[in-house]
Amino acid sequence: MIASAAIHERAAQPASKACTVNPLKMSQPLGAALAFLGIAGSMPVFHGSQGCTAFGLVLFVRHFRESIPLQTTAMNEVTTILGGGENIEKALLNIHKRAKPAFIGIASTGLTETKGDDVAGDLRVTKGAHPELDMPIVYVSTPDYQGAFQDGWAKAVTAIIESLTAPVATVKGQVTILPGCHVTPGDIAELRAIVIDFGLSPLVLPDLSGSLDGHVPVDFSPTSLGGTTPADIARIGASEAAIAIGEQMRPAARVLAEKTGVPTRIFDRLTGLAATDDFLAYLSALSGRAVPDKYRRERSQLVDAMLDAHFFFGGKRVAIGAEPDLLWALGAWCKDMGCELAAAVTTTESPVLAWLAAEGAHLGDLEDLEAQAFGCDLLITHSHGRQAAQRLGIPFLRMGLPIFDRLGAAHRVIVGYKGTRDLVFEVGNIFLAHGHELRPADADSRVAKDPCHKPATGDVTCAGSCQSHHSIKEA
Amino acid sequence: MDSLANTVQQVFNEPACGKNLTKGDRERKKGCTQALQPGAAAGGCAFDGAKIALQPITDVAHLVHGPIACEGNSWDNRGAKSSGPLLYRTGFTTDINETDVVFGGEKRLFRAIKEILAKYDPPAVFVYQTCVTALIGDDIEALCKAASARFGKPIIPVNAPGFVGSKNLGNKLAGEALLEYVIGTEEPGYTTPYDINIIGEYNLAGELWQVKPLLAELGIRVLACISGDARYHEVASSHRARAAMMVCSKAMINVARKMEERYGIPFFEGSFYGVSDMSEALREIARLLVARDAPADLSARVEVLVAREEARAWARLEAYRPRLQGKRVLLITGGVKSWSVVAALQEIGIEIVGTSVKKSTKEDKERIKNIMGDEAHMIEDMTPREMYKLLKDARADIMLSGGRSQFVALKAKVPWLDINQERHHAYAGYDGMVALVAEIDKALYNPIWGQVRRPAPWDAEGVS
Repeated sequence: MIASAAIHERAAQPASKACTVNPLKMSQPLGAALAFLGIAGSMPVFHGSQGCTAFGLVLFVRHFRESIPLQTTAMNEVTTILGGGENIEKALLNIHKRAKPAFIGIASTGLTETKGDDVAGDLRVTKGAHPELDMPIVYVSTPDYQGAFQDGWAKAVTAIIESLTAPVATVKGQVTILPGCHVTPGDIAELRAIVIDFGLSPLVLPDLSGSLDGHVPVDFSPTSLGGTTPADIARIGASEAAIAIGEQMRPAARVLAEKTGVPTRIFDRLTGLAATDDFLAYLSALSGRAVPDKYRRERSQLVDAMLDAHFFFGGKRVAIGAEPDLLWALGAWCKDMGCELAAAVTTTESPVLAWLAAEGAHLGDLEDLEAQAFGCDLLITHSHGRQAAQRLGIPFLRMGLPIFDRLGAAHRVIVGYKGTRDLVFEVGNIFLAHGHELRPADADSRVAKDPCHKPATGDVTCAGSCQSHHSIKEA
Repeated sequence: MDSLANTVQQVFNEPACGKNLTKGDRERKKGCTQALQPGAAAGGCAFDGAKIALQPITDVAHLVHGPIACEGNSWDNRGAKSSGPLLYRTGFTTDINETDVVFGGEKRLFRAIKEILAKYDPPAVFVYQTCVTALIGDDIEALCKAASARFGKPIIPVNAPGFVGSKNLGNKLAGEALLEYVIGTEEPGYTTPYDINIIGEYNLAGELWQVKPLLAELGIRVLACISGDARYHEVASSHRARAAMMVCSKAMINVARKMEERYGIPFFEGSFYGVSDMSEALREIARLLVARDAPADLSARVEVLVAREEARAWARLEAYRPRLQGKRVLLITGGVKSWSVVAALQEIGIEIVGTSVKKSTKEDKERIKNIMGDEAHMIEDMTPREMYKLLKDARADIMLSGGRSQFVALKAKVPWLDINQERHHAYAGYDGMVALVAEIDKALYNPIWGQVRRPAPWDAEGVS
């Protein structure tokens, strides 16, 4: 714990750091690749060195525990300097020959952006010379040295909408859902079910619940195992309305509205009682149907869960490191439950930074989060937080991506009444398991060294390992 | 870039590499990396390879100079274990932004080094070059030199940006960095006639610890493992070893060969995998040490230990024979690391129905022929689709491979075992061989296979 104390003192001015320590952030092209993986029969490609693809592939494989189709233009020193047009052409032809994808998504990387390749131009030339490349090919510019994962996802979805949608005659009851990158395959399946229960027919873009929900396909496929089909994308303009989930999807929603005239509604989060209420009220108004009994019951269960659980949440100090929209969903929900958001670190600019300004939310890394999480009751971040949690000696909830040391990441559901109810139980159980039982020494004010002793407040609730932090907190 | 190009060329010219010697001049100049096919490439870049090779040095800070992708997308994903310091698992990166790309990232890098030294006080900082910072002309060699002078600590440039080539090339460039800046810069506290280096062993899943007790029993000291569970000081003073073993792959052959040239440390290529290879490694270590004036009884002591351990290992392996006799294994890996594993599996009745030879040398193929009888077992290049079909047709009972093809087997509902670097189990030494067979047994006899292969009773099509 001495190490932790040292770290605590170290990270005083995170903003002025030249060195990122224990990154929370991942790069834009990865986010773009994940968005492309939500298209059926898809093959995402990084225009960069083959290492960019290998790292991304390993990361997704470890998180989803699935084969991940992801290719590379395999740029080297020479081709980088001469320009990558030829490599793009070769890559597309090879991919077409070997995998026959129904869709190809190309994301640039830091390398090719630094050189300044004109990928859009190269693509036009290649497609002109090779009519056999008749599948939709979408390009998105995602330099590694700008933004973060979430931005790459948002840009890729925007690029798909820009290049593949058009105004179409409205189909009554059809609703487009534009999930942010923090919405899991499990979340998407839940949202789809809810929308269907209102008699509406949802069309999700991109749909990871079709491709990365961990299922056993009947046959081998070198491309994505499912997702939004290119035909579905063409029908998106026919929706009566579009629902975007997370602030990151605002630009995509705007482009969709501009291109197709579909009215869009952005839900900044779908975790929590009030947030879900708003969502169901909207669906009810849109469909002209009353909220089905099933959801009245689920709402009631969530209310009951909150009543049962609030004892264990009140006053708990929570530290969260996540991409902006996930940080907002979890952070706002923690506050809904009576927790204090003691630390909030995120990866990229977003309106949620302003919303969470009172909590001191800022761009940073896991070193910053670790320093601020000192003495907290719970650390929430992706699997890379495991070392910090261990050093801090506080409970750790894995959320976000990557989650490589636990099973079932794709199936986590935290949206809707039921998803929120289960999250209340999960986090409540963590607090319960790490509760602190009163011991004789706790009540003895003369035992000055007892770490859990706080005579001023009489608060005896602390994380199991509070012994280790207390001397620091007091100092 | 010129000096880097020269180093790359030098590395390609490796005279101690058998495969290289069989090539003509032009072929050799082209290098040992296969030309990467856009749209059909797999595997990591040179930076990845350099990081794999050096990150196991546990007490130094590994600082990646580049955009967030290179470290942010990949950190803490390698299984090298430490018996002490954990600093090597901390991810450090300059995370350069657009301004740095325009104006150069050297200032940020210098400040980053300063911050790391102030906050973490490591014995050294390894600075890794990446594509973007190489392209904009950041001179990490000059900068590290200046930083070393300024801070009085070794700041080691590792010049292996991803776009110069493959992972294997990166391994070698990492070795060059050690040879140039680390090895021979410090002295060991004391030496013994039994000091050896182990080169190219990364202590994945803690495999080094399956071997070290055996060496310790013989009085043999690992002066430095390069780089599994290593401390900076050990690598820096490794030039005083009496002999060296280069483990398996030729990833760090340049380090072994140049240490022999510069410091007179003889080396051999060996493996800790499989019963007979393990014994052979111990014998060879003893032979090299005795040749350099270690007491001659060492070889006799090795024989006693080998006899005891082999008997014990075979007795334990034999117990699996009734369960594994006749089971068919498909072995897919980048050049089988040890034929003695194959031999041991066959010894207890396991049948190898196929093995990949994509990365194998001519000699390797000869050995396969000797061990497995005919050429039909050799698979030159198998697409995942073909692999899937082979498994789906139940032509193998289990596949042993790297993580990349894991889901090809699992989606075909066939048992699979990880034998590459991401594995969680340690398979080195005598105990490791028993552990491998135990894992094969566990995988084959898990009761899920019957359940997951049975179609749903309500589904005539049998669609799962």
